[in-house]
Order: sequence, then structure tokens, then C-alpha cells
Amino acid sequence: MANSNPTVKIDRLQGTQDPFPEKGSYKRLMDVKLGELGSWLGGRDFTPNGIISAVRRGHDRYYNKYINVKKGGIGGVAMLLVGYVALSYLWEYDHIKHDRWRKYH
Amino acid sequence: MTLSFFDQFMSPTYLGIPLMALALTLPWILYPTPSARWLNNRFLALQGWFINRFTQQLLLPLSLGGHKWAALLTSLMIFLITLNMLGLLPYTFTPTTQLSLNLGLAVPLWLATVLIGMRNQPTHALGHLLPEGTPGPLIPVLIIIETISLFIRPLALGVRLTANLTAGHLLIQLIATAAFVLLPLMPMVAILTSTVLVLLTLLEVAVAMIQAYVFVLLLSLYLQENV
Repeated sequence: MANSNPTVKIDRLQGTQDPFPEKGSYKRLMDVKLGELGSWLGGRDFTPNGIISAVRRGHDRYYNKYINVKKGGIGGVAMLLVGYVALSYLWEYDHIKHDRWRKYH
Repeated sequence: MTLSFFDQFMSPTYLGIPLMALALTLPWILYPTPSARWLNNRFLALQGWFINRFTQQLLLPLSLGGHKWAALLTSLMIFLITLNMLGLLPYTFTPTTQLSLNLGLAVPLWLATVLIGMRNQPTHALGHLLPEGTPGPLIPVLIIIETISLFIRPLALGVRLTANLTAGHLLIQLIATAAFVLLPLMPMVAILTSTVLVLLTLLEVAVAMIQAYVFVLLLSLYLQENV
């Protein structure tokens, strides 16, 4: 992995564990420039453990931001359910597009 | 290729993964585990309240031996209620409309209650086959009837859940299609149909919760007989 990536300030990771302490540098997706996207994707951990820990981190970020707050409202769960509906639509799109109301199939 | 009304019960595959896999894992995400704090967030407070109330209600008629089943029955109830309610959202898939899943839940659990009864107190368990106070000549017939009723229990548990949910979903789709088609032709009738649709959706929400509860309640009753 090229050593040209600048190190991210550690306080960006406040509240979570640095998942790659041994690699020294770890950029989040928002910090990656468009040209570096390919090399960033290639350096990511795609082992099952890596995928599980990535899912865990994503879940923790969402949970701590929207649900695990002092005065959480319906928004946290509602966003999740709307995302689920959208995902289900995406899943069924290939089948639903044969609906006869559509003009172009 | 036109859609038939039964296509909503088919689980389409995308990138090799059936939609049922997504639908079955979602209840796991919706119930976060409480942390070590005394006071968590509002979501967990509601969740804890619901689980406590339900478990207390369910375990009321059960004797001490049945209390071992508390975790299983509570988690089963939460799973079923979440699956049923999530299935009422648009474009989602309800796994409990599949007979395979419902029988897969009902048969092993029913069999467990029967085997527990037969193993621990066989005389008492077999005694359930004959109600008290039966007149003499009726005894052989009644034993046969009670045995049939015993063996039909898992089938009834599974089919009840499947049929209720499938019928509800089909009705919603039929009435929604009717309202949609009638809208350009006879708007007044379409508005009446839409009112029926709203009421039916409320009924479906109720049915979703009730059916899950009935499933678990009957299972606990079978357990109570045998434990």
C-alpha cells in the first residue's frame, strides 16, 4: 500500500476504536479523493471478519447517532424502515417491471 | 407477462440472495441489546416494557417447569410480531405467509411439548386423551377423537398463521387494485373502496399482532398440559 496517504487526525475516530491500528493510516470514504477511489477500495479488508467488523461499525455509528440519544424520536426507526422498503423495491424491481401499467418494459 | 395476485408471496432473488433472507434478518437489527447503563434510550425503554409485560402475561398460567421456556416463547413472539408488522409495509415480503416457515416453527415446538410430557409424566400426559366425566360407552370413540386432535395441533398452528396472513395480504391487494382501477371511472365508488381499504389495513395490523400472540399462547398451553 503506497505510503502517500496522509494520516487522518485520530479525533475523527472519537468514540470508536481505530480498526486498523497496525496500518497506521486509515482514510474514511468521505476523505478519499475521486482519483484515489480504486486504490482505497483495493486496500480495504474484504475478509469475512473485515466485512463483519465494517457492518458492526456502521451499525454502531447509526445507532449512536439516531437511536441511542436522550430524546430519540420516531425518526431513527422510521429512516431504517423507509430504507428497508426502498431496498425491498430494489430487490423486486426485476419482477415488478412486468406490470402492465408500464409503457416501456 | 402479467402479474398475478399471488406474486407478492414469491421471494424474488437479486444478486443471488432471496428477499426472504433480508426479511428474516431485519427483526434482528430492530431490537438492539441494552448496554450496561441503568437508563438506556427511549427505544430500549419501550422495548423492555413490552417484553416484560408480555412475559409476565404469558407465564402467569404456567407452572415452574414451564418457566424454562420463557426465553424461547418471548423471542418467538417478538420474532412473529415483527415479521407480521413489517410485512404490512409496501413492497416488503412477509416470511410468515410461507407455510414452510410456519410449519417449521410449529411442528418442532409442539413435538417438544409432547415429548416432554411423555418422558416426565407419561400417565398424566396420556390422561389428557380422555376428558373427565365421559360416559362409559363413549370412551373408545373419544380416545380416537382426542388422539386425532392431538396430532392435528401442529398443522393447525402452522396453517392458522399462514392462512390469516395470506388472506389479509390478498384482500389488501385486491381491494387496492379495485380502488385504483375505479378511480377514473367512478370516483365516488373509488372513495368508498378506499375507506374499506383503510379499515382493512387497520384490521390487518391487529391481525398481525393477534396471530403471533395466539401462536405463542397455544404453544404455552400445550406446554402447560405437559410439564
